[in-house]
Amino acid sequence: MDDTPAIRTENLTRTYRLPRRRWGKAPGPDAPAEFTALAGVTLDVRPGELFGLLGPNGAGKTTLIKILTTLLAPTSGTARVSGLDVVSQARRIRPFINMVSGGESSGYGILTVRENLWLFARMYGVPTALAHDRIDRMLGVVGLTEKAGSRVSHLSTGQRQKMNFCRGFITDPTVLFLDEPTLGLDVTSARAIRVFVRQWMAEDPARTLLLTTHYMAEADELCDRLAIIDRGKVLACDTPGSLKKKVQEFPIFELSLAPGSGGWAELGKLAGVHTSTAVEGPEGVAVKVALREEPAIGAVVQALASGGAHILSLKKVEPTLEDVFIELVGHGLADATESPGTVVPGLRTTSQ
Amino acid sequence: MSAIHLFVAAALARSYARVAWLFRSRVWMVQETVLPVLAVSAFAYSYKAMAAPPEYTGLVVLGATMTTFWLNVLWGMGAALYWERDSGNLELFVMSPAPMMGVLTGMALGGMTTTTVRATVIAVAGVLLFDVAIQPTSWPLLGLIFLLTLSALYGLGMMFASVFLRWGREAWHLVNLLQEPIYLLTGTNFPVAAIFPTAVAAAATLIPLTAGMDAMRQVLFRTPGIFDVWVEVALLAVLSVVFLVTARWLLARLERRAREEGKLTVRWQ
Repeated sequence: MDDTPAIRTENLTRTYRLPRRRWGKAPGPDAPAEFTALAGVTLDVRPGELFGLLGPNGAGKTTLIKILTTLLAPTSGTARVSGLDVVSQARRIRPFINMVSGGESSGYGILTVRENLWLFARMYGVPTALAHDRIDRMLGVVGLTEKAGSRVSHLSTGQRQKMNFCRGFITDPTVLFLDEPTLGLDVTSARAIRVFVRQWMAEDPARTLLLTTHYMAEADELCDRLAIIDRGKVLACDTPGSLKKKVQEFPIFELSLAPGSGGWAELGKLAGVHTSTAVEGPEGVAVKVALREEPAIGAVVQALASGGAHILSLKKVEPTLEDVFIELVGHGLADATESPGTVVPGLRTTSQ
Repeated sequence: MSAIHLFVAAALARSYARVAWLFRSRVWMVQETVLPVLAVSAFAYSYKAMAAPPEYTGLVVLGATMTTFWLNVLWGMGAALYWERDSGNLELFVMSPAPMMGVLTGMALGGMTTTTVRATVIAVAGVLLFDVAIQPTSWPLLGLIFLLTLSALYGLGMMFASVFLRWGREAWHLVNLLQEPIYLLTGTNFPVAAIFPTAVAAAATLIPLTAGMDAMRQVLFRTPGIFDVWVEVALLAVLSVVFLVTARWLLARLERRAREEGKLTVRWQ
């Protein structure tokens, strides 16, 4: 397989001049003249990869996608898709890319779903018969077959989003950009879309997909690799598994003990245990132990048994992408205003 | 697919949306045919009251008919890319391999088709209501002038589309400001040659609607024109080429500027 990256950006920067008021009150002297959406982003996405971009609102994800889809020129740095420059070779890139944005309102309300999809397929030169075959398939995937003949103006927001999702695939792109594709969709539809995306990628190893999402579970489930981006900078880029490993210094186990169990108070003194916390309640004792080495769990279980504890459950705690995100960004995706420094117990706190 | 095939595919696909609108949204029937006919009535009765030559009523009917195209060019074509951007379609067109001139041509073809239907209704109603006598010197020549007028008008509309995309509401206000002076200079309801000094009338023919209507009036009603019909035919041909070439140049230039300034999309984050 050609080893040219499907997507490569080098020191990609994009700034926007902020609008200045022409009439009325002039902006204050401290008001910034421009806003930096991307600040030196360097990324490589391999052909065949399902690559994720994870970041809060305003992180620069959409700006990056707009540049890669030739809609926006970078302020500095370079961006290439399949080795072609997005500025000087935009025309050569466009035939094999497509993009779908969650919540986009594109399409013509006066036309039916099928007509809209056909119209955009023709912009790529897809023959009418082939376009209709693909439209049928895609409408089936998103459960919109019955609405094929309905005017778009009569669709709900979710149905319109599904139609736009279909639009991205009917041109059979080699590099596809999905910007929050499941935003606002119901659980069943979102799951169907995720299943389809995986299947679509598996059908042709040359296909590359760049996905931005707010949903950690979606990124975790779908992406081969992902980059965490915040304030225009890439903070980390790796496989979901490796990213999670990086933020977990010690293996963590959670044990649930029956009420009245003993032996848990001294767990912290065991040689293989780094820290131990326990919360006793009417339904029993919840114990969390961070171990220096994973095999030390045997000694923990033995100590509890010999202390008269009755173990109801034992499970290893895996860090989530949410943990990774909080570690890197300083807050969760859902609570962008939360004060920085919120740290999940058992996760290493490294300075950036 | 070759570049020409893609151009044609894009143009036909985009025109489809406009033509579908004609058949699916019937509101235009009242708004865009009855109202112009009422406007024609006001001038027709005024001319009759003044005992003006009978061909003057014909001039007004033709003026109302052709003004329909002008309004479509001004607002339908001019604001086309602007509205496409606001509705989220523009970025999909720009991102696709289809040439933007193909998309604009599609808008123009769609606009011409739908407006021709409306204009025909106005023309037929005007001719029947006011008993306008039509004795063209040559039907083929009339057809040629009509096609060249549309070609020049929609070339101008394509230019407007690029300008609107770049300057948005400022362009909108400017066009609004120019609307009445343009009506005056094109001689919508009166013969320009008979009213304006020769220099002003000659300058006004740079507006394709003026040259087109003047030539059509000469052919249809045998009234004196600003220039000889064939001079106006040549002028319309030149204007068509100039406007189309300029539109292509402007579109490429302004698209590049819009990409640099982030104006191709509404969302900038």
